[in-house]
This record gives sequence, C-alpha cells and structure tokens, in this order.
Amino acid sequence: MSTLTGTPRGSKDVPPPLRQRRPKPERPVWDEELGPLAKAGKILVLAVVVLAVVGPLYTIVLTSISSQSTITRAGGLVLIPGEITFAAYQQILSGGVVTRAVLVSVGVTATGTAISMVVSVLCAYGLSRPGSFAHTPILFTLLITMFFSAGIIPAYLLVSGLGLINSYWALILPTCISVFNIIILRGFFMGIDRGILDSARIDGASEWRTLTHIVLPMSKAVTAVIALFYGVGYWNAFFNAVLYINDSAKNPLQVVLRSYVLQGVSVPGQVDVGTGAAAGPALQMAVIVLATVPILIVYPFVQKHFTKGVMIGAVKG
Amino acid sequence: MAGRRRPRANMRLRFRRDRSLVLMALPAIVLLGVFAYIPMLGNVVAFQDYSPYVGVRSSPFVGFDNFARVMADPDFWHAVQNTLVITAFQLVFFFPVPIALALLLNSLISPRLRAAVQAVVYLPHFFSWVLVVSVFQQIFGGAGLLNQSLRAQGWQAVDIMTNPDTFLFLLTSQAVWKDAGWGIIVFLAALSAIDPAQYEAAAVDGAGRWKRMWHITLPGLRSVIVLLLILRLGDSLTVGFEQMILQRDAVGAEASEVLDTFVYYTGVQNGDWSYGAAAGLIKGLVSLALILAANKLAHIFGESGVYSK
Repeated sequence: MSTLTGTPRGSKDVPPPLRQRRPKPERPVWDEELGPLAKAGKILVLAVVVLAVVGPLYTIVLTSISSQSTITRAGGLVLIPGEITFAAYQQILSGGVVTRAVLVSVGVTATGTAISMVVSVLCAYGLSRPGSFAHTPILFTLLITMFFSAGIIPAYLLVSGLGLINSYWALILPTCISVFNIIILRGFFMGIDRGILDSARIDGASEWRTLTHIVLPMSKAVTAVIALFYGVGYWNAFFNAVLYINDSAKNPLQVVLRSYVLQGVSVPGQVDVGTGAAAGPALQMAVIVLATVPILIVYPFVQKHFTKGVMIGAVKG
Repeated sequence: MAGRRRPRANMRLRFRRDRSLVLMALPAIVLLGVFAYIPMLGNVVAFQDYSPYVGVRSSPFVGFDNFARVMADPDFWHAVQNTLVITAFQLVFFFPVPIALALLLNSLISPRLRAAVQAVVYLPHFFSWVLVVSVFQQIFGGAGLLNQSLRAQGWQAVDIMTNPDTFLFLLTSQAVWKDAGWGIIVFLAALSAIDPAQYEAAAVDGAGRWKRMWHITLPGLRSVIVLLLILRLGDSLTVGFEQMILQRDAVGAEASEVLDTFVYYTGVQNGDWSYGAAAGLIKGLVSLALILAANKLAHIFGESGVYSK
C-alpha cells in the first residue's frame, strides 16, 4: 500500500474530504489499452471463474431454504428464489444423527485446533533460533517426516494398539502436528527483529514470557492463518473417521454428509409417511450447508493474510 | 584432554542457556515420535505373516514373501498404472490452470477487483472432498441440475458421475475446482517480484503485450514453474485418496483403484495386513526415492529445491 504514488493527502487550498479514498491506480502509460474484443474475453473468463465457485454454493444454499413446492417446480435445485422456509434446518437440528455429528465435529475441531496450535507455536518458537542447543537434529527429526510417511497399515495398527479405536482422540492425535505449518510459523518467528528479542532478554524476560508477551502479539496474522489451516483440517477430516470410528453415533459431520448425500441414505425425519420424501433435496442441501458454514464464517477474517503467511514460510523454510 | 572437555562444558552451557527452547520443542517431538516414527518401525509387519490375534511381537517372520506376492499381483500393477495415468493427466490438464489464472489476475488493474476475485477462487480449497464430490453430484449427477434441465428441454441425460470412461476428466475437473485457485498464490507472488521497470524498458523498445509476456513474465515465473513441476513429479505416486474412496462405489474399482486405495482395501478392508503393509512400504520407498531424485533434478536446474545442497 505504501508504494502507491498518489496525490498528497489534502493540499493547502482544498480542505481534505471527510472520507479519504485511495487514489485509483493508473495503467502505466506504456501499457496500451486492450481492444474491445480482448477486454470482453477477459471479463467473460473472469465471470466464468467466479460463477463456477459461487454458482453451486448459491443454488445449494437457496435450495436448502426453499419450500417443497418451490423445489419440486424447479426440479431439484432452485435457481430463482421462491417461497423461503427454514424447515429443513429445524428438522435436522432438532436432535438426531445430524445434530450429534455437528456437535462431534465442533468438539473435535475446537479441541484439536487448540492442541495443535499450542504444540506448533511452542515448537516453532523453540526452533526459531539457529545455533541453539540441538537445533539441527530436532529440525531434522521434523523434516524427515515430510519425506517419508509410514503408510496406512502401520498407522492403523498403532492407533488400534493404543486403544484409540472409536475414541475422539483418534481423530485428533495422529494428525495433530503438521510439520509444514510449523515451518511456516518458524519462518515468521525467525523474521522478527532480533533487537526486540534481545532487549526483552536484557530486561529479564524468560523465553516463555518473550513468546507470550512479545512474539505472539506481533504474529497475530500468521497464527490466525495457521489456526485456520488446522481447524479446516479437523473440520474436513473424513478418512480418519472412516478408518478409526466404527461407532456410528460418534461419526463426524463429513461422514454423515457422505452417507446422506452421496450414498443416498435417507436423512432421519425425511421419510414421514404423511408428507412423503419430497423434502429430501432441501434436507440434503441443509447438511451440505452445515458442513460449509463454519469455513464461510471464519474465512473472510483470515483470507487477506494467506499470501503473506504462506509465502513467508515457503521462502524461509 | 582439555580439548575434549571444552566442547562438553560448552554443550552443557548451551543446554542451560537454551533449555526452555528445547522444552518448547519437546511436545511436538513426542507426538511425532509416537505418530510418525513408531509407525515407521511398524512396517515390520510387511515382513511378517501378521495376525491381529498374536500381535506384532509374536507374528512369524516370512522375509520378503509378501513383497514377492505384491509384485506378482496384477491388481497391484493395475493400481500403479491408474496412479501414473491420473498423475500424468493432471500434469497436463491441471498444472497449467493456476499459471493461466495467475496471469489473468495479475493483469487486472484494480486492486480491489483483484482482491475480490482472489478471495473467491481461494475458497474451495478449504472445502472437504466429501463436500466437493457432493456439490458435483448435485450439479452433474443423474438427478442433478444439469440432467434435470437437459430432460426439461427434452434432451438425453448425460452420465458423468458414474462413467468410468470419463472418470479422468471428472477427477481432474474436481481437482481444478477445488485447488486451482489456491495454486495461484505462489505464481502471483513470483509475478509481483518482477521489476516493473523491465516491462517499461521492453515497451519503450517496442515489445507488445505478448512479447512482454513471453520475454519477461514467463522467464520470471520459470524457476517457480520448474520447482513445482519437479515437486509434483516427486509426488506422482500420490493422487487424491479421499477423492477415490468417495467415488469408488459410483465408478467401480477398475477406474478408481490407485495405490493408496489398493493398500487400504487389501490391508484394512480384507484384513490382509502384511500384504497391504508391503504394498504401502513399496509405495513409500519409491516415493521417497522420487522426491530425492526430484530434488536432485531441481539442483541441476539451479533451483534450491525443497531442501538446499
């Protein structure tokens, strides 16, 4: 932002406007304007790209809140809003399998993300000072796991050997550390000005205090991004649940989503004999929306930091 | 003697100075030790006739029998073939998409529009595979939006989600929908690192839009493209595991069996643990070799690779 060369804020003669608008960036003089055809093509491609992402989400959300008659008239998925009702959400959230799955997913995500963040931030900070005791061997221990993973069978045997089958811990512990995320965090911590850390030390702050009072407040953006990465990982975990959870009462939302939408198992409450199965699509879409909503809520707050967070790790790792 | 004592005293001193740092790294090391390193040792079951009733410790050793069986199994080779075909296909049809998207986004003048489009295209990366496949099912499935409207127009419905012949296209378009936007991050960063003065100089020298792209933009991206291409090659034995499992029922094993699913179905599903572990170990070792080779290749091309030297 600071690189923008615009007119200086408020010159002498004119009073500054109340709302400052950033000056519009100009096309460099040597860069000739696109022809009308090329311009139209560019806009078209952009529109297609954006529509390809937004379109499906739009129709799915709309269908989930549409009444049966609207869905039947539209033949499955609703494109034009008709009668709006939240009956589908009421139905799946009033107890039963979906409600329980939402609770499981929320619990696993919250607990898992908290554990992952504590462990990762500590480890990243501990490794952020090259030349410290055992720095290289520890870093190496971490990095090796990025190149060789043991495979599904030994992992399964270990989890079952630890007695974690059908335990929520099986959804958390095996995936609780991502070395990649630690490397990103470490890269950021290493970029913090040494002078600040040294002066903290001189003032008598321990490493723990330095981490909690100086380093963490300085790295809110990157920790938020990493927390989102971890959180999304837990929220989306599907295969680990298939592998380690046999008790269907403990299934997280993604597994329930698969059985209702992909395998066509009927959503509980869907088949009341009286009303028939016509509300099926709305219920299915409501489950899809439930699986998406937490991501959509957190995403806008963290999204703008992605590039910075990801690139710092990649450059310095 | 003094020479031997000094470094040790030095070590002790350094440990005392850095012990809180080491302590901080400890939980991560313990977790990795349990959930990454112990399973590596657990691969001994590949050399055993493992039975869950007697456990790893007392199952009889059979040497390389399991590996011999895997190598002689046509199903295994079929999975290898599928894996490599899917990787090659995605290299051709998936890999260039983020580059093209990044060039397009980079050509937008308005930063606000650019940020908005970026926010939208990153989003699907954070959806689970279950969700992505569900969305595709709703749009392209037999009772989906596309077929509904085709039938409403009186046309023949098309079979997309359950057709083994077009499965490769389906897989790739799902991958593009989910991850192409995310893939542009690295390219955008590389693009922003190109000095605008180069464009200006080229323009003054009379280079048009395409000439500038060819002689400045693409060379500027070269190192990133080479690096990512090599990394993908090193990773070529791994293709969307969850994606396959989710769609296996619909399209059948013939088209969707890849190495990871082969290990899962022979090992966990059929209970032939040692056999699955042997196949998994082969995959892991070949992957490791591929990654190391890819890195070597990166160094030959003068890139820094994943690790340096």
